[in-house]
Amino acid sequence: MSGIVTYGAYVPRLRLPLRMISEGQPGAKQGRGKSGERSVCNWDEDVITMGVEAARDCLSGGVQDIDSVWLSSTTAPFADRQNSGVIMGALNLGESLGSQDIGGSQRAGTTALINALNMSGEAKKLVIASENRHVRAGSPHELRFGDGAAAFTTGNHDVIAEFLGCASRTMDFVDHFRASGEQDDYFWEERWIRDEGAMKIVPQTIEIALAKAGLSADEIDHAILPSPVPRLRERIAKAAGLKEEAIAPALEGTVGDTGCAHPLLMLAATLEKASPGETILVVSFGQGCDALLLRTTDALAGYAPATGVTGTVAARREISDYAKYLSFAGLIERELGMRAEGDNKTALTQAYRRRDLLHGLVGGECSACGTRQLPRTRYCINPNCRELDTQEPFCFADIPARIVTWSADHLSFNPDPPSHYGLIEFEDGGRMFANFAEVVPGQIDVGTRMRMAFRIKDFDRKRNFRRYFWKAVPEMAPSEETRDQPHG
Amino acid sequence: MAKGIKDKVAIIGMGCSKFGERWDQDTEDLIVEAFTECIADAGIDTGQIDAAWLATAKDELHSGKGGLPLSFALRLPNIAVTRVENFCASGSEALRGAAYAVASGACDIALALGVEKLKDTGYGGLPEASRGVLNSMWWANYSAPGAFAQLASAYRAKHGIDADELKRAMAHVSVKSHQNGSRNPKAHLRNIITEDTVLNAPMIAEPLGVFDCCGVSDGAACAIVTTPEIARALGKNDPVTIKALQISVSNGLESGFNTWDGSYFHTARIASKRAYEEAGVTNPRQEISLAEVHDCFSITELVTMEDLFLSEEGQSWRDYLDGFYDSDGGLPCQIDGGLKCFGHPIGASGLRMVYEMYLQLQERAGPRQVSNPTLGLTHNLGGAPHQNVCSVAIIGR
Repeated sequence: MSGIVTYGAYVPRLRLPLRMISEGQPGAKQGRGKSGERSVCNWDEDVITMGVEAARDCLSGGVQDIDSVWLSSTTAPFADRQNSGVIMGALNLGESLGSQDIGGSQRAGTTALINALNMSGEAKKLVIASENRHVRAGSPHELRFGDGAAAFTTGNHDVIAEFLGCASRTMDFVDHFRASGEQDDYFWEERWIRDEGAMKIVPQTIEIALAKAGLSADEIDHAILPSPVPRLRERIAKAAGLKEEAIAPALEGTVGDTGCAHPLLMLAATLEKASPGETILVVSFGQGCDALLLRTTDALAGYAPATGVTGTVAARREISDYAKYLSFAGLIERELGMRAEGDNKTALTQAYRRRDLLHGLVGGECSACGTRQLPRTRYCINPNCRELDTQEPFCFADIPARIVTWSADHLSFNPDPPSHYGLIEFEDGGRMFANFAEVVPGQIDVGTRMRMAFRIKDFDRKRNFRRYFWKAVPEMAPSEETRDQPHG
Repeated sequence: MAKGIKDKVAIIGMGCSKFGERWDQDTEDLIVEAFTECIADAGIDTGQIDAAWLATAKDELHSGKGGLPLSFALRLPNIAVTRVENFCASGSEALRGAAYAVASGACDIALALGVEKLKDTGYGGLPEASRGVLNSMWWANYSAPGAFAQLASAYRAKHGIDADELKRAMAHVSVKSHQNGSRNPKAHLRNIITEDTVLNAPMIAEPLGVFDCCGVSDGAACAIVTTPEIARALGKNDPVTIKALQISVSNGLESGFNTWDGSYFHTARIASKRAYEEAGVTNPRQEISLAEVHDCFSITELVTMEDLFLSEEGQSWRDYLDGFYDSDGGLPCQIDGGLKCFGHPIGASGLRMVYEMYLQLQERAGPRQVSNPTLGLTHNLGGAPHQNVCSVAIIGR
């Protein structure tokens, strides 16, 4: 039986209240009187880092036997460097796996999931969809879009949702496009997208998928539908004969539309509240349409990811102001100061030699004395051991840590000052002088519990490269809310 | 332990430039300013110097790396010049090179000179430095104040000290140094400040405000060393001698092994024990007449007094508030203003500290002279609390 084995999700903690958009653009109508918010990447988050977090959530139960990692995105940071390969390194899954990046359409997420489900074998596939949506300030999409990621493993055993079938149609209906190397989408008229596009393409595809699976529309318990223009889900549902109550919530007003990741993020949210034996329809729209059908199994009742959609949506913090969002999103050019002038050229030779440390946060555990240490070195760090070449690789990424020393630095360059960093100590040994992320000033002290997160460490603005490493993030209860602070 | 160099090396001349924002002076000018004072004090000719050590940490100066800048500036007679670099402890490293050369008998007379030209960057604070190809990929991005501020967080947590109380003790460290610096014509900062000024200053790296941070200065300092026998032959009958000169270097334990709590300097405790042993000091709080320590930040000075065993662990903040380290206290510290006010031209600082001891021991320190000093301690630190180079020297007569 082919199906979904596990799922996970990640939404950035930072949220942009929609009212800030109108407050930030005097005279603009965008967002005026709007309640709700959307997710926005922090300055050190992108498709890769969100994908890593979603995948960690998806693998939080200790998934084994993955033979391939796929990343779907239309906003991945690298056009020619495998983004899924970076994620794989951060997940420390080993190097004997296949991988691929899938993009080019808002269907990239569902297409990957369909392909993975169609290819199900003994080993599992890890399918990640992640999107960091770039919109111009003042664009109507600024209100509707959001950033986020979802991840699934597919396979033949222990499935929580069985794959019932799918249908795909492809036609070059250009509701919007973005040329290679460009950041911004160019959209055509919404009425045309709605009437000539979505309403003619989507219901028909759903019909084909239902027919292939031998299901009728009213048997669908959860319908995950696209809405390339606002308020389209009800129309599509009606046209396709779906029950109105089956329409899955679209995370509007909390996350926003996360592009090709959105059908998968909505699927993760749906699985979180679905009961065994329910039928789920997942549809996406983009130069055609994908529709796939799933039925939850009894195994769903015993499964929950560590955080899930509810958890990651609840772990939120309002951004302090619209200008900060603009600077994080690269929409305004800020003065960075002379301290940001240093050359952040990355020695790719060195990065490759120590890729297990830099991407996997792999240090060592001494086979002679058991001391854990980061990084892994030739001689053991324990002064009572000092054995040579006794350290076995040990991954610290999922080990909880606590702060030993810290400061909030207003001097060194950081896109979101003050820069918090300090010495952290991992449970059962090992230390690291780490940059912190997601710290609200005044929230941390010696002893604060931290978890590690894969983030952008530095940008090389000269060569348009970015390097990643692990930062320490304060552990946050799922329901805990914090307030962001303006730059002091 | 090896026998060490106690009383095997005499200092026969020292010089120090004025420290500060020397906008109108090149590195060459700073070198010459310190050297001309030093060579006149020694009463020898440049041609009598057998070898030289140059300490400079940040800038590659006008001739590039190596010993050339010193040899060029002083037109040295083609003697060996070795450039040493050990972060902010570079000046002590240069003195160590020269002293060891004399103690070994390889040289009769040797020169140690430290210089730094920091004010050519266009911004305040230390110049941004390369941290190496691998380090920059995984080690936290940090600044010097941010690294040293970490001490305060751990010291506070360990000893259960109220944040405001510790901040006040730290403020006293700076108030005292400004008081002392005001009496030193060569000091970078000579203004007298109040505790309120320190407490209300803009934050640099919590809890360090601007007045918890030392001056970033241009400057040079140097020493000429020889054997006590040659010193006496040169007419220096009761020369100042080196009693101990120890350097301890971190090996990664602090930041990698779960034993260090972040509230003290692991290396300083080792270097000071070794120095006391080399000098034969058994009760430092009683025997040391005065100290010049590496007060790059107020909290550094505060915890260092415990690492030098001059204050009880967890008590130095009380000693500061009690005035024990004031100019009229039990053990005057930073009598010349310290890094805080004399200034901190990286490569010169270790030698500047010895310069002050040299003057004090000869009762040549003018209005800031302490009465009857016999042993002076210098503590010169390079790096950051979690990984550093620590030098402790004891100078006496």
